[in-house]
Amino acid sequence: MSPTPDTWRRPPMISNPWLRYGLVVAVILYVVWAFSTLPIDWQQMSEGVTRAQRIFSGAFPPSFERSNLLISGFLESIRIAILATVGGVFLSIPIAFMAAKNLSPLPIYLLGRGIIIVARSFHPVIVAIIFVKAVGFGPLAGVLTLIVYSVGFVAKMLAERIEEIDWGQVEAMRAVGAGYLSTVFYGVFPQIMPRQIGLSIYQLDSNLRASAVVGIVGAGGIGSTLANAFGRYDYDFALAITLVIVGAILLSEAISGQIRKRIW
Amino acid sequence: MVGLDSHPEEWARYTPRQRMQRFLIYLFCIAAIVWSLTSINVIWEWVYDAPEQMGDLFSRMVPPDTRNLGTILWVLVETVNIATLATGLAVIVSLPVAYIAAQNTTPNALTLWLGRFILVSSRSVNTIIWALLFVAIFGPGIIAGILAIMFRSIGFIGKLLGEAIEEIDRRPVEALEATGASRFKVILYAIVPQVMPVFWAVSILRWDINLRESTVLGLVGAGGIGLILQSAIDTFNWQEAATVLLAILALVVLGEIVAMALRRRII
Repeated sequence: MSPTPDTWRRPPMISNPWLRYGLVVAVILYVVWAFSTLPIDWQQMSEGVTRAQRIFSGAFPPSFERSNLLISGFLESIRIAILATVGGVFLSIPIAFMAAKNLSPLPIYLLGRGIIIVARSFHPVIVAIIFVKAVGFGPLAGVLTLIVYSVGFVAKMLAERIEEIDWGQVEAMRAVGAGYLSTVFYGVFPQIMPRQIGLSIYQLDSNLRASAVVGIVGAGGIGSTLANAFGRYDYDFALAITLVIVGAILLSEAISGQIRKRIW
Repeated sequence: MVGLDSHPEEWARYTPRQRMQRFLIYLFCIAAIVWSLTSINVIWEWVYDAPEQMGDLFSRMVPPDTRNLGTILWVLVETVNIATLATGLAVIVSLPVAYIAAQNTTPNALTLWLGRFILVSSRSVNTIIWALLFVAIFGPGIIAGILAIMFRSIGFIGKLLGEAIEEIDRRPVEALEATGASRFKVILYAIVPQVMPVFWAVSILRWDINLRESTVLGLVGAGGIGLILQSAIDTFNWQEAATVLLAILALVVLGEIVAMALRRRII
């Protein structure tokens, strides 16, 4: 019998000491290795402090002088977000049906899942840079990019919702001899509509946010205005744009949250 | 009791008021779409042309050029390192931020607002915009990338962790305080064990997101695989761009699988 120790020690998260200390050593080794392989220029980094001072002194106070440029860029972002949401949501309905296990045969299911995985894996900025090369600078590239972005999210969530539907209503429709389309319209749609509307509103908010980013690589909207201001060292204007973006994002998040709370 | 005769002749799903509301919502949506379509600065010929252009582009990507595969894979490892190191640093920095941004642990009102200010400003500026700023300050390179991801992640991790701290069970804290434990010991023995699952879940989730974000940092000059993609696209070397895109796809899918496995093991 070992004597009961008179001090209590917190049980460790990983009970095997070899694994525990092994993990600690592995993490330290990884961090050292990773930092040593990354091409970090410390010289440049130390120069950054003076440059930061210059940038921040140039950025304050934010300049709203060219507010018409700001407003037109912002309206364009809103248009891009609206059109991309409409396009993306409509496109994501058939893709979600393809990617729902309970409604699709296996090959179509795999195709639908594949589309969703590809659309989700690429960051919108990468998609944007490809569309900019294919269809030229401007809002069209932005709309196409955000349609892909919307499909990745909305189709995935919608497919999950379709897989959870109450199968009884589909069976009832089939029992009365309804065709595929009628079954979908009367047996499935009513069950997924609330989720779809909630997702659309969320996606509108999300698209507005993303449209500020894809503009930086030339896909139109407020992001393009921001990238231009940065490129011309107009830091005071850039700060004004950033403040407007932040304000708009907070506002749209609040509105979309309110609406979704009512619907869901 | 409502008498039978008070029922309307015809059954209707919505009351007239609800119908009016729905009509107005539809009208608003259609008006928004029409306004966007008519005022957007798009050359419509380009829209009709777009599928052909896209097809042309993809046909130029086939077959992917794998001559540079060694370099691409090495830079991909570098990208993973950027994401991982930045997530690690962000986790460390976000711990005190979460502590002062949670209502029940923050020392006073001033620190509460300071914490919330840090969270909101970090969260509402996108990684790419942070990257633009840091590239302007530190010049193009990996430092800017790591800092950009870090600054965006602090808000994300800090917010979720702060919410977890606000939802803890008060009783262990009170019990420890009753024994005269120091503030530090209260945190270590009463708060930390309760937020540990959330902490791991949030860190893994953010790592997964950061992996995706780190692939685009290079497009604004902040290091990683995006640099190679940008140069391939700028030189119209679409076959190499295709290889890079496939590599990114593989990385992201792999990252998701790893994140899922980690989540299952730890939580």
